[in-house]
Amino acid sequence: MRRVKSALLALTVGLTASAQALAGDVRVMWYSDGVEGEVIQDLLNRFMEENPDINVILDNVAYSVIQEQLPIQLEAGQGPDIARVTNLKALADHWLDLTPHLENADYWRENFGAEADWMRPDGSDAITGFMTQLTLTGGFANKTLFEQAGVELPGEKATWDDWVAAAAKVAESQQLPMAFAIDRSGHRISGPAISYGANYIAKDGAPAPLDDGAKAFIERFVKWNADGSHSKEVWVSAAGSTYRAAADDFINAQMAFYYSGSWQVANLSTKIGDAFDWVATGSPCGADSCSGLPGGAALVGIKYTKNPEEVGKVMDFLARQDIVKEFSERTLFLPAHKGVIAGGLDFQSEDPNVKEALNVFVKASGAVAPNAAALPAWKWATAYYNALVTRISQVIAGEMSLDEAYASIDRDVADAVAEASR
Amino acid sequence: MAAQPILKKAGTALAAPVAWLAALIDPPLRGLQKATGLNGMAAFFLAPNMAIFGIFVLFPLVINFAYSMTGGSALFLEQRTYVGTEQYERLLTCGNYLDKQSCTEDLFWNAAGNTAVFVLFQVALMTVFAMITALILNRELRGRGFWRAVFFFPVLLSPVVVGLIWRWILQRQGLLNYLLHQVGMEPVLWLTDRFWAFAAAIMVSVWAHMGFYALILLAGLQAIPKDLYEAAEMDGTRPARVFWRITLPLLMPNLIVVVVLALIRAVQIFDEVYVLTGGGPGTSTMFLTQYIYEIGFAQLIRNPGLAAAASILMGAVLVVLTLLQLAASRRSQNAGGGK
Repeated sequence: MRRVKSALLALTVGLTASAQALAGDVRVMWYSDGVEGEVIQDLLNRFMEENPDINVILDNVAYSVIQEQLPIQLEAGQGPDIARVTNLKALADHWLDLTPHLENADYWRENFGAEADWMRPDGSDAITGFMTQLTLTGGFANKTLFEQAGVELPGEKATWDDWVAAAAKVAESQQLPMAFAIDRSGHRISGPAISYGANYIAKDGAPAPLDDGAKAFIERFVKWNADGSHSKEVWVSAAGSTYRAAADDFINAQMAFYYSGSWQVANLSTKIGDAFDWVATGSPCGADSCSGLPGGAALVGIKYTKNPEEVGKVMDFLARQDIVKEFSERTLFLPAHKGVIAGGLDFQSEDPNVKEALNVFVKASGAVAPNAAALPAWKWATAYYNALVTRISQVIAGEMSLDEAYASIDRDVADAVAEASR
Repeated sequence: MAAQPILKKAGTALAAPVAWLAALIDPPLRGLQKATGLNGMAAFFLAPNMAIFGIFVLFPLVINFAYSMTGGSALFLEQRTYVGTEQYERLLTCGNYLDKQSCTEDLFWNAAGNTAVFVLFQVALMTVFAMITALILNRELRGRGFWRAVFFFPVLLSPVVVGLIWRWILQRQGLLNYLLHQVGMEPVLWLTDRFWAFAAAIMVSVWAHMGFYALILLAGLQAIPKDLYEAAEMDGTRPARVFWRITLPLLMPNLIVVVVLALIRAVQIFDEVYVLTGGGPGTSTMFLTQYIYEIGFAQLIRNPGLAAAASILMGAVLVVLTLLQLAASRRSQNAGGGK
């Protein structure tokens, strides 16, 4: 019997060794949009030189692993010790309260306090991590194509209709397969919807039914897909809530205007190089505002770690002002650290488009509507995003009418809330 | 020739240890047989397999059934709320069964409808193409072995590889549209048009699996006695009549097995189509397995109970098809015995 037990134990250890860190090890699950995987590895190597007793293992994974597999690991009480995540609020019950393991919790509250609520359960004052980057959704225009077409770039207060009309003119003149595209994501279309007056959050904090503001944008969006202004592929290229970016078509100069977000700056700079000039445009206006949607990625401790002290040390190191500054300057990400922002940044890029683009996003962050600012800390945001993507895709594919989609979105959100609240 | 004396020597050398082993295990086995009888011995030898089956098939099935009676997004069964048959009711409730939109879980009915249509066309096309391929490969062709390998090769590919290859061919800027462009034709949105995407899913699936079924039919064709064809030739029977009166009836047992196996595989379709179309456009190529995956794993707010209930319903369909296969196999054996 003892032998059987030993064999089972060995098997269990063997099976879990790849996912679980050993004593003294800190395992970090990380995804990359651009060059941040290499930068963080550099910084972690430096940490290990300073702390030879702590071995940090960086697991670079695809974003879909963070979205689809990590939550299941967490539900099972497993997972890495630290993870870079974007689904901050809905999974907040799994984050480790770092407070007792940090050298100076007040430093964290002072510098990362503004977004702390995005990544902790409602009503908690825990410190669970920090934002590795702040993001804001916004547009990018292919300036070269606009110039070649002799079409002027729409100005600061231009509406979505203005942008789509201008991009359509460019597409027609330059024989492009599409005028513009928005990433297939509920998060991505929520900024534009809010610009038309949408509000997802009811007074009691529960999801509100889809309102006229949201419908005004969705109706336009479906029309643009039907008339071919919008890419015919991005939104119908998957079922369910699967994420699809349209960046490759923009990088390949297949469209004039692309709506995504600030995290694309490094990606566009690296891949476009000097092939054409591009500019960040901020968010086009709706009837109500010209808002993008704030958000970002955070590095959080996982509460199932066996090495919370070591996790605290790694997090303390990565949250240091000089480290955050270096990380942001090398990755071209907007930092969340109050001291770093106050001290200013010198983004490391020779691409003249980059600094200008980042300045546009910094400026656009001042135009974020209150309804948009509330979403990152709202726990039912993902339920709303899921329903929007699934149902709008069905409308675009011709499977249901807009009215049917509106009813289905409300029902899907209500079902998700009911199921998650059991 | 030289191997025979070596084998003989090896056999002689092994005789003593084998006899020793037989002598060692013989008494306890005899004792066991005396105690349990012949049926008991059968159970004894089956026990290891049954244990594996129980642990890896039966036990998960029972757990899955238990999940289907619970609600919430928690993963561990003990943390989940018992909801009885609520998940099944949610899946099966419709205002009007002819209108998917009136169903509480319209995406399930969408996926079920897609699966039914897919099975119908994929199995029919698969059988026809496998039959044609087997008939061709059964002829005296030059390089017959090579051609058999060519048709069987896609079966060896991982479904993900199959999906990726065809996505590269069929996407907007893929190989097929490039060729169309070269001959002056407009590109076609193969993967984003509902009709073409569904057709592509069927075609790719047929391409990927046809070799396996062609091989079964080829084995059946080779088992048909040649003298029947010689007699038909002497009588001057037309080739079409030979096919309908000799080949098809004698191939029927294999054909039934092929149809039933293809049916079971088609109902479970997921991987290559998921890579190829992602279930889109809209939900046009989202089949039952993908629906279960999306609900249970891929969505940010998961519903394992609903996914488990859907998988139990799908399992019921597969049980019916498996029973069909068993009956077909039995019929095939009987027909084989009568030859």
